[in-house]
Amino acid sequence: MSTKTGIEVSIAIGEVVKLTDADVIAAYPITPQTHIVEHLAELVSNGELNAQFIPVESEHSAMSACLGSAAVGARTFTATAGQGLELMHEVLYVASAMRLPIVMAVANRALSAPLSVWGDHSDVMATRDTGWIQIFTENGQEVIDNTLCAFRMAEDKRVLLPVMVHLDGFHLSHMIEPMLLPSQEEVDRFLPPNQYPLPLDPSKPLAMGDFGPPIVYTEAKWAQEYNLLNSRSTILEVWKEFSKVFGRNYSPVECYRCEGCKVLLFTMGSFSETAMSAIDNLRNQGIDVGLVRLRLWRPFPFAEVRNAFKDAEVLITLDRALSAGGPGGPVSSEIKSALYPLEKRPKVVSFVGGLGGRDINVSGFEEMVKRGIEISKTGSSKEYEAFGVRE
Amino acid sequence: MAKSESELTWKDIEVGCIATEPGSAARYKCGDWRSQRPTYDFNKCIKCGLCQIFCPEGCIYQNEKGHFEANMYYCKGCGICAKECPTKVITMVEEEETDVNKNGD
Ligand code: SF4
Ligand code: SF4
Repeated sequence: MSTKTGIEVSIAIGEVVKLTDADVIAAYPITPQTHIVEHLAELVSNGELNAQFIPVESEHSAMSACLGSAAVGARTFTATAGQGLELMHEVLYVASAMRLPIVMAVANRALSAPLSVWGDHSDVMATRDTGWIQIFTENGQEVIDNTLCAFRMAEDKRVLLPVMVHLDGFHLSHMIEPMLLPSQEEVDRFLPPNQYPLPLDPSKPLAMGDFGPPIVYTEAKWAQEYNLLNSRSTILEVWKEFSKVFGRNYSPVECYRCEGCKVLLFTMGSFSETAMSAIDNLRNQGIDVGLVRLRLWRPFPFAEVRNAFKDAEVLITLDRALSAGGPGGPVSSEIKSALYPLEKRPKVVSFVGGLGGRDINVSGFEEMVKRGIEISKTGSSKEYEAFGVRE
Repeated sequence: MAKSESELTWKDIEVGCIATEPGSAARYKCGDWRSQRPTYDFNKCIKCGLCQIFCPEGCIYQNEKGHFEANMYYCKGCGICAKECPTKVITMVEEEETDVNKNGD
């Protein structure tokens, strides 16, 4: 039986990682991820979690240590944020290409400069093409549920890929919420032991991370890409199994009051819950609008995205990251390209906002929807709108 | 891994590109891009083995007559052996495409 507990989200992640009986945690503390690794260090030091805690000297080393640990078949967890995720960037590609099942919580943070410890999705978007499975979450419960699911997805023999669970820095990482913490019995029932098929083993020598000359590189990358695309069915299966044990459902794209709406708002991460309240208010004002939220960022859920938007006339998107000098929001631009082949597709109005911890409150989202509807009628010379910039 | 590199499809690639067969790197033909090749006047060879010691590729072996000679499947044509040979046994000559294909396969 899960226990309803009032707990900080970061601490709850540590508790769930403890329940998975992780073998190795290699991490470097960085705001706003710090409480996650601090709590895990405590659990290891007081004997509650029998794991190796490797207090590395940088995030580059953290991810490198995770490679080695996952390669011997150890259940491996790490966490980072913002600049830390950037510092481990080159190793992220190695983890996915070597098909190592590492689970990482990312407390999403803006990138410097100017120096910001506050939340947005700049760090997420910089890792978009690293080959990791990436999941967005909206509240503490979703964070811990998906952390648990991430281990099962990553370690499944049909997948064998690293997984990032994104939680908004501060808005989620430092929030104290009532959550249903799973019991050891439930976790054991849901999560089978990690059995990496080709672990480093002196009695069966093998070489990992070899070089790939031009004659095999293309084949190696395609094998990896095929596998990432194919992981989709296992991801769905894991969420289904999760729902059987815990009764909570997750899917790649989730809708809130969307049925029959001609106008849809699209968000990801913790802002989605604020957006839901805005949707309720707008519906009370007689504006026919629903909300679609992105859960699975990679592999990108093309079918679900097309299905969610196929009957809409106006789609208003909010990205919390900027593709500098480009089309604005990275997620919005992918949505547009996913919709392009459809014969009938909505007009897309893209907003970029909520950068570097800037809040968007309920009335902010109401304003965004109204402005989006207006732009859809009048048109705009801009590729996207910067939301909330003081002129 | 019975197939050669050029026959491998993406489906044949082991998970994570892991090499499960020890020593399989020996099959990698690293001598296919040299622009020069060593040629030998073995009459001058004193069998000192210096060329073998200096060869960065480790591809020089003693042949049946005890002379030191490069395995052209691996030789990268750097010319270090020619430079180091005390009796000037080795002369580097221009490589030709056809020779590469003929040798070392
Ligand atoms: S040319 Fe270079 S690689 Fe070839 S045998 Fe001489 S030293 Fe070795
Ligand atoms: S260095 Fe020259 S003399 Fe010595 S073994 Fe090699 S080829 Fe012969």
